[in-house]
Amino acid sequence: MNALLKFYRRDRHISRLVIMLAGWLIFMAITCFDKFFSIRNFPTIASVIPEYGLMSLGAMVCMITGGIDLSGVGIANLTSITMALFMKSLPDETGYVTPWMVPLVLLMAILCGLCAGAVNGTLISKVKIPPILATLGINQLLTGIAMVITNGPAVQNIPPVYSSMINNKLLKVVPGKRGTVSGLIPVQLLIFVAVVLLIWFLMARTSYGKKLYMIGTNENVARYSGLKVDRMLIKTYAMSGACAALGGMIMLANYSSARADYGSQYTLQCILIVVLGGVSPTGGRGKISGVMLAIVLLSLLEAGINRFPQISSYYITMIWGAVLLLVMVLNYFAENPIRKRR
Amino acid sequence: MKKKFRKLISRTEFYIALVFLALCLLIQLRSGQFFTPNNIVDILSALVVPGIFAVGAFMVIISGGFDVSFPALASLTSFVTTKVLLDAGWQGGVWLPFLIALVLGALLGAFNGLFIGYFELPAMIVTLGSSSFFKGLMQGALNSKQLAVIPVGMRSFGTSALFVAKNVESGLTSRMPTTFLVLAGVLLVTWFLLNRTMFGRGIYAIGGNPVSAHRAGFNVRRTRFLLLVYVGMISALAGLCRVCMMQQMHPTNMLGMEMNVIAGVVLGGTAIIGGAGTLFGCMLGTGLIVLVENSMILIGIPTVWKDAFVGALIVIGTGISAFQVNRARRAGLRNVRKGAAL
Repeated sequence: MNALLKFYRRDRHISRLVIMLAGWLIFMAITCFDKFFSIRNFPTIASVIPEYGLMSLGAMVCMITGGIDLSGVGIANLTSITMALFMKSLPDETGYVTPWMVPLVLLMAILCGLCAGAVNGTLISKVKIPPILATLGINQLLTGIAMVITNGPAVQNIPPVYSSMINNKLLKVVPGKRGTVSGLIPVQLLIFVAVVLLIWFLMARTSYGKKLYMIGTNENVARYSGLKVDRMLIKTYAMSGACAALGGMIMLANYSSARADYGSQYTLQCILIVVLGGVSPTGGRGKISGVMLAIVLLSLLEAGINRFPQISSYYITMIWGAVLLLVMVLNYFAENPIRKRR
Repeated sequence: MKKKFRKLISRTEFYIALVFLALCLLIQLRSGQFFTPNNIVDILSALVVPGIFAVGAFMVIISGGFDVSFPALASLTSFVTTKVLLDAGWQGGVWLPFLIALVLGALLGAFNGLFIGYFELPAMIVTLGSSSFFKGLMQGALNSKQLAVIPVGMRSFGTSALFVAKNVESGLTSRMPTTFLVLAGVLLVTWFLLNRTMFGRGIYAIGGNPVSAHRAGFNVRRTRFLLLVYVGMISALAGLCRVCMMQQMHPTNMLGMEMNVIAGVVLGGTAIIGGAGTLFGCMLGTGLIVLVENSMILIGIPTVWKDAFVGALIVIGTGISAFQVNRARRAGLRNVRKGAAL
C-alpha cells in the first residue's frame, strides 16, 4: 500500500491519468467487454491515433517553450494536398509507380512541414508576433492556399501503392471477414512510435531539450544566460511543422484523399491532449509520457463512446470540452491547496 | 497643431484608416460600384454581426486574454431561444427573445468567467474548451437541427428597415436593417463602460498588469468574471441578430467566425498583450475585414481566395502591430539608458 502511495506521489498528474484510463477501461469491460476488448478493435484505433497524435507532439514542444502552435491542421492539409497532386502526376501510361517513391514523398512532406514551421518560428521570434496569432494567421493562410489549389473538392485517385503501403498492417494474426487474415500492427503506428522515440530522445537526452524547458520557464533569463533563443524557437516550430506534415500524410493514407478542410477539429483536440497530458500552458513544464497517456485516453474514450450507437457522436466534443476544463480545475486545486490561497 | 499631428500619425488607427480609404478607392476605381448608396448600406448591414462580436472579443483582448468561444455561445443561445419560443408558439414582439438571449448569454458567460476569473486559468484555453462544450451541448444533448421558421416577432424585426437605399443607375435597392441599432446601442454602452466607469478602467488595468491592478485596489477576479458575463450577453445579442437577419436558425454557420473577428480587432490597433486599444480602432479593423470579404467580387478576385487573403491580412497586420510595440519598447529602453548616462 505504501509503495502504491509512493508511486502515486512521484508524479501526481500522470498517476491521475493512469487512474482515469483504468477507470474507463473497467467501465468498458463491464458494459461491453466482447465488443471493445476484441483483437479486431485494436488495429482500428491504432491506425487513427497517429493523425492527431503527431500533431499533438508538435503542439507539445511548442507549448513547452511557452508558445502554442495552432497551425498544425493547415500545414497538414496543404502538405497532403500538394503531395497528393505530386503523386498523381507520377504514374506513366501503364499506371505503374515504383514503391520507392513512398519514402521519398514522406521526406518531401517533412521538408514542406519544416519550411512552414520555420516561417511560424521566424514570425514569432524575429517579428515578435504572439504565437497564438502568428500560428492562427498562418493556419488560415495555408488553409486558404489549399482552398485555392483544390477549389474546394477533395483530391482523389492518388496512386493506390501509397495508401496500401502506409495502411498496411504487419503481424498477420487477426481474423478478418470472410476468412481473410489482417495484421495487428498498422504501419501508421510504427511511424508514430518512431517519431515519439525521436522526440523523447531530443527532450530527455540532449541539451536541446534542457534549453527548451529553460526558454519556457523564463525566456529573458534564457536569453541572458546566452541561449540563442530565436534560433531555438525557429527550430522548435519547424519540428512541430514537420510533425504536423507527417500527420497530414497519414490522413492522406487513411482517407485516400486530401481536402482543405479535413481534420479541422484536430486544432482543439491537440491543445486538449497537450493540456490534459500535464503540459503547463505557460510553458516550462510537461513530459512526453503524460502527453502519450492523454492521447491513449482520448482515443479510447472516443472509440468507447462509438460503441454505444444511441449516443450521438456530437457528445464527444462536449465530453472533450468538459474533460479539458475539469483537468485544468483539478490542477488548479492541486497546485493551490485551499489553505494556501489568499 | 504640430503636436496633435504627430500624435495622430503615431497611432495605429490612423494607418488602418488610410488602408481602409485606399481600399475603398481601389474598389471604386476597379468597379465603379463602391460609392453607391446600396453598396455602402450593404457593407454596413454586413458589419452588424461581426461588429457586435468584435466588441466582445475586443474587451477580452484588452483584459489580456483571448475569447474564442463567442460563436459557439451565440449559436447555443440563439438556438435555445428560437426553439423555446417556437415550441411555445410565441406570437408577440421581439423583446422576449432578446430578454431570453441576454439571460442565457449571461449564464454561459458566467460559466466562462468562473474558470477565467476565479480559477485564474488562461482565457484562450478555457474558451477553447468551453466552445467545444457548448457545441457538443447544442448538437448532442439538444440535438439541434436547422430551424427554417422563426417566431413572427423575430421575423418582422429582421426584415424591418430603418431606410431603403436605392442605386439610381442600376435600380438595385438595399435595406438598412433595424438590427444596426443593436450594434449602435452595444457600442454606446461599451464605450460608456470602458471610459466612464471604474469597471472599464479596471479592465484596462488588468490587461496592463494584473498584479499592479490588484495592488491598486481593483478586484481582479470579480472584474474578469463580470467582463466575461457582459461579453456573453453581447455575443448572445449578436447571435440573435444574425438569426433575425437570416430569417432562419442554422446551428453551425456561425462557427468559425472567431478568427476573422479577432483578426479585425487586432488589426485595429488593439495591443495583443492587452491593456491598450480603442473601440474606434476595433470597429475600423473589423470594417476592413468585412470590406475585404464583401468586395473581393467587385475587384474581380475569385471568392476561393478569401481565406488566403484574410490569413495574409492577419499575419501582416499583427506583424506591423508587433513591430510597433517593439519599437516603442526599444525607444523606451534607450531613453532609460540616456537618463542613466546623465
